[in-house]
Amino acid sequence: MLDVNELTVRHGYLQALTRVSLRVAAGETLAIIGANGAGKSTLLRSIIGLHQPSAGSIRLDGRDITALPPHARVRNGIALVPEGRRLFPSLSVEENLLVGRASGRPGSFSLDAVYQLFSWMSDRRREPTVHLSGGEQQAVAIGRALMANPRVLLLDELSLGLAPTMVRRIYSVLPQLVQKGMAVLLVEQDVTQALRVANRFQCLLEGRTTLEGKPADATSAQIEAAYFGLAGRTGPGSAA
Amino acid sequence: MNWVNAIAQGILLGGLYALFACGLSLLFGVVRVVNLAHGDFAVLAAYLALVVITTTHVPALLTFVIVAPLFAMFGYGVQRLIIQRSLEVSPLTTLLVTFGLSVVIQNLLLVTASADSHSFDLGSLISASFRLTPELSIGYVPLMIFVTAVVVLTGLQLFLSRTAMGRAIRASADDQEASSIAGVNTRHVFGIAAAIAFATVALAGLALGSSSSFDPSAGPARLIFAFEAVIIGGVGSLWGTLVGGIILGVAQAVGAQIDPSGGVLAGHLVFLAVLALRPQGLIRARFAV
Repeated sequence: MLDVNELTVRHGYLQALTRVSLRVAAGETLAIIGANGAGKSTLLRSIIGLHQPSAGSIRLDGRDITALPPHARVRNGIALVPEGRRLFPSLSVEENLLVGRASGRPGSFSLDAVYQLFSWMSDRRREPTVHLSGGEQQAVAIGRALMANPRVLLLDELSLGLAPTMVRRIYSVLPQLVQKGMAVLLVEQDVTQALRVANRFQCLLEGRTTLEGKPADATSAQIEAAYFGLAGRTGPGSAA
Repeated sequence: MNWVNAIAQGILLGGLYALFACGLSLLFGVVRVVNLAHGDFAVLAAYLALVVITTTHVPALLTFVIVAPLFAMFGYGVQRLIIQRSLEVSPLTTLLVTFGLSVVIQNLLLVTASADSHSFDLGSLISASFRLTPELSIGYVPLMIFVTAVVVLTGLQLFLSRTAMGRAIRASADDQEASSIAGVNTRHVFGIAAAIAFATVALAGLALGSSSSFDPSAGPARLIFAFEAVIIGGVGSLWGTLVGGIILGVAQAVGAQIDPSGGVLAGHLVFLAVLALRPQGLIRARFAV
């Protein structure tokens, strides 16, 4: 469904991503793991269109979307839950969700569907989002992305700044989304959490893929080596 | 003229200032652009109205039906073609660009329409008024302008708080990037915000031409008053803009009552006092309220 091919992205002199390729199919969850500065967020931001790559392409169902601006990619079925949630502070909970409908993509997600997913939300829909806890804000950010009825959902550091129980609760909605045939691409610093929910993972180090495979097939030593760049460079696909 | 009268006239004058200021406030609050050509666009609208009056013989007060929509389209184009591009270079560039527009508009008007001052021919309406008390009479034209300002601000407030486009405008004002990844075409949204701002500046220009005379260089002074109204009221608050306009108008009218040449100075002093004592403005609110 989503096909990223040899993507290279530069921030000025810094090469944030070097020929990174990945593929996520419908109903699949791919986790991108890696240390700080490995290029995980840059990868997601490039897929939604906030960074222009200097080389490589991004395809959605075979259609090249590399040149499209973010809002057009949303209309094509990609949505991002950004790092730090990025809710609109002067809008209420419900208004934040409604902004997610701006692309006008048809689909099964509506206000009611989001309120069903997060049962506490409808009681607090008129409140400004600054009144919410971190976990609740994260839920609103997910709801806002779902309102766009994406086929590919990008999740950037959902666990950041949240208590472990809250992280588990947030991630517990994921199976329902995958069941609907959504493709999920998630970025996590919390490797254990990421590997628990993913079908496949890909480890980034300094903007390159150092390891990819299924969580069950990789030993923790392999992952550690790929994560920190120990024992030289492990070739891509070595654990798959 | 007594004190009550001075205050009443000041309040009505505040309506004109609020009309000038709301477009400036909207463009700054949403697009983060300080439009230094704001006053000149108002004067341009007044000249456009003169052309409409002489060619179609529409009564001066009805020219807004033609001028405001034209200016809205014009504003959308200016935003997409000029301001947005300079915004993507750097925020400072927008200052240079809008300053340049101001110079261009003034000189184009000077070349095409001469330096003579004009005003709309409103017939006997210009001096018509009604008496509330023996000492207090209210002119129809200032009252109409004040009512227009209140209607425009109310409409704008309702538009921003109740419609999907208004929501997209507020979201983009909060966080442009987050808004774009939520699926909002922020350039189009900024274009719409500019279209609304230009429609209100056209109304302000018509109000200017109905209540006093104007010439090609009348814009910058209007820009100052609009700035003062926005800052006194609080940036980003539409009702604050009205409050700011009224305070400025009353300060000028009362100042002129004390000393006939002290009106403008009194307005500036009140503005400076607010800036020193309460720089966030009297009403602190974003477009959400």
